[in-house]
Amino acid sequence: MSDPTGLLVAAVVLVAATVFGLVRVRRDGRLRDTAQGDVLRLSSGELGVTLGERATLVQFSTALCATCPGTRRLLAGVADGTPGVRHVEIDAETRLELVRRFEVMRTPTVLVLDRTGRVVRRASGAPTRADVVSAVELAAAV
Amino acid sequence: MPDRTPGTPVRVDPRGQRFAAVLTSLVLLLVLATGSGTLLAAQAVVFALGAILGLRWSPYGWLYSRLVRPRLGPPQEFEDARPPRFAQAVGLAFAAIGMVGYLSGATWLGIAASAAALTAAFLNAAFGYCLGCELYLLTVRSRTRLGHG
Repeated sequence: MSDPTGLLVAAVVLVAATVFGLVRVRRDGRLRDTAQGDVLRLSSGELGVTLGERATLVQFSTALCATCPGTRRLLAGVADGTPGVRHVEIDAETRLELVRRFEVMRTPTVLVLDRTGRVVRRASGAPTRADVVSAVELAAAV
Repeated sequence: MPDRTPGTPVRVDPRGQRFAAVLTSLVLLLVLATGSGTLLAAQAVVFALGAILGLRWSPYGWLYSRLVRPRLGPPQEFEDARPPRFAQAVGLAFAAIGMVGYLSGATWLGIAASAAALTAAFLNAAFGYCLGCELYLLTVRSRTRLGHG
């Protein structure tokens, strides 16, 4: 007990992790406008399936991802309930070329494509249903 | 039975992992407060059991299913057991490094590794955020980049 360094480090860790966690909770899964300038596209050839007639929800997943199954259920539900919208799940580990091109750092990462395959919105982390629905509307309106 | 069949993913109660993460955080706090390499060694054994046999067979998982779950009722949803098991393996790596540090007299190494493990355990306990799982894709990415030169 004589050396307080360990306790001091523990206190710093708890404070830093709390700040990180709160920021993360706020930003996680937010569907954002993609970076301006460079237009990113995904083709049906790269996806292995045809694009949705109105919009496509592309989900990057790994086997070791705790929130991926929940996101899969959410996106598949939205795609099923919205005509012309398709959900495609990509195994990040086997498609590292796409992971690099789209700068996927975490899973799930969700890309919302319009009917031409242009990336309209993207989210790192599990998105909410309301966010997905409004992003789909935006993509379909293009 | 411990999971040995890769085809069928084992489903676990996510509340059990949160419970285990809370206990892990408390133990790691105690390790940092006392500088006890022995206590960290015990936590390393818990991590190893969780990583190798599955979380249900780790002492914390056992405590959860015996004492906590009967009071909570059946879970609303189940989770794939692989992500948290991977995270337990990451925890084991840090605990092992920290243990070597404390027991060999390199206290700074013990503190640094325990602090890293505490960060991950606390994020899981407080926010349900699995840091080990998040690191998985980054390690795959960097590994192949190195492989390609």
